[in-house]
Amino acid sequence: MTSRIINHPVLDKVDDTDFVSFTFNNDEIRGLRNESLAAALLANNIRTLRVHEESGTPRGIYCNIGHCFECRVTVNGQQGVRACLTPIQEGMTVSSGEKFLTSVKDWRSNNE
Amino acid sequence: MNRVIVIGAGPSGLSAAITIAENGNEVLILDEYMLAGGRLLGQLYEEENGKWWNGIKESKSLHDKAVALGIEIRLGTPVSNIEKLDGSWVIYTDEETHYTQHLLLATGAAEVPLPIPGWTLPGVMSVGAAQVMTNVHRVKPGNRGVIIGVNVLSSAIAMELKLADIDVACITLPKMNQVTKESGNPMDVMNSLLHVSHMAPSAFVKFGSKLMKNEFMKKMGITFFPKKGVKMWDIPIMLRKAVINIYGENAVEGVTIATINASGEVIEGTEENISADFVCIAGGLYPLAELAAVAGCPFYYIEELGGYVPLHNKRMETVLDGLYVAGNITGVEGAKVAISQGVTAGLAIANNLSGGKQEVEINEAIKRIEHTRDNAFIQFHPAVKEGKEKLQRYWEEYGQEVKVGVTS
Repeated sequence: MTSRIINHPVLDKVDDTDFVSFTFNNDEIRGLRNESLAAALLANNIRTLRVHEESGTPRGIYCNIGHCFECRVTVNGQQGVRACLTPIQEGMTVSSGEKFLTSVKDWRSNNE
Repeated sequence: MNRVIVIGAGPSGLSAAITIAENGNEVLILDEYMLAGGRLLGQLYEEENGKWWNGIKESKSLHDKAVALGIEIRLGTPVSNIEKLDGSWVIYTDEETHYTQHLLLATGAAEVPLPIPGWTLPGVMSVGAAQVMTNVHRVKPGNRGVIIGVNVLSSAIAMELKLADIDVACITLPKMNQVTKESGNPMDVMNSLLHVSHMAPSAFVKFGSKLMKNEFMKKMGITFFPKKGVKMWDIPIMLRKAVINIYGENAVEGVTIATINASGEVIEGTEENISADFVCIAGGLYPLAELAAVAGCPFYYIEELGGYVPLHNKRMETVLDGLYVAGNITGVEGAKVAISQGVTAGLAIANNLSGGKQEVEINEAIKRIEHTRDNAFIQFHPAVKEGKEKLQRYWEEYGQEVKVGVTS
């Protein structure tokens, strides 16, 4: 389990009273207003944001500041949105990508 | 059309914009992140005077100052391309296209990835990602982590994780391969570590680093470096161990480490598992310069500056008319240096707009960069000054070549 750091010895206390709700793969998730989708999901113990399009293996955040594109998800129907750069909004619909068909590769492995 | 555009709302971009606005010009800042501050946001360390350098507060104060001066800051706005068309710089974003005569690239730095078997598992992240999660978003990256890569950034962030009550099992090296090269070689790591020893609260580490001045002593230091590591902030730093694999079913469950010899080669049969629910990869930083590349700037590889940097002069002007650079795009250094570079770039732009009214101030600002660099608490590369001198020589040579080209 991961958790929020509400109190910190040096930094200010976090206001953890103002929540917004959104869905991730049809599950209702609550996060703090203005936080990033990546942070809200991690605070809810969700690390897998998508699967690799060809292999289906799980992927999560890597750089957390928009450079690596590992955290891309679909937000309100728009594909390839970086979870680390996207502030959550009330009613947002988020889903992780699915494994693509690899029909040609599968056929070749059985026929060549 | 006199509005200046700055790409990047980190310490250099914000301070450049402030300087430009203070000299009576309009400025627009674009940044793809959701908050202003860039890498400054995550920074948190205790300075020699006992005061805390709090990146969030520093970022907020720069941001508020910029807003008070009427600077427009558009966050959540990635720039996908820039080009020069009909004498103007054209800046493409998802929503809008912007035009300017004077464009400052203050895009900062990115982290060098170190590929290690298992590194695509959820829970493996760059050390900067863990820093931002912890200090900015205030969500624990996990409960117990292993940091792979021993350098200035990873040592500083390890301490920040400890502050937030997150357990760091150890800081250790990646298994040496063609990509990880010097990050996996204990000797090279020892060399770079000697420059952070002043940050260590442990007298042993401070004392030890003084002994390590000559090559023989360093070699001895590596050979006799305790296999369990030396503790810094109560975290074992293991220069004689390397992570050979990150394991887990659908997320990180731990790492396999092995003992390595002084040259970084794995000693078979010494493998052991350390359990962890997150892993940080710390490969160091490199200047994030794609926009300067697509614009057509000449580049030079300067190791002391962290990688390829666009050619520029001390006024932060590139060889392309109306294109300027400041901050970590010019070489990896601390936020205070970035701020002083931003001020210099801002003055250079204001000066070009005003027809030369800021000449005196520019020279002072250039001196201030050097002063800030000399007094920096954290030096990302010990020879950054030599790197800057190399770049200056390249600038002069380039000027000569252009002149020769024109006359011949």
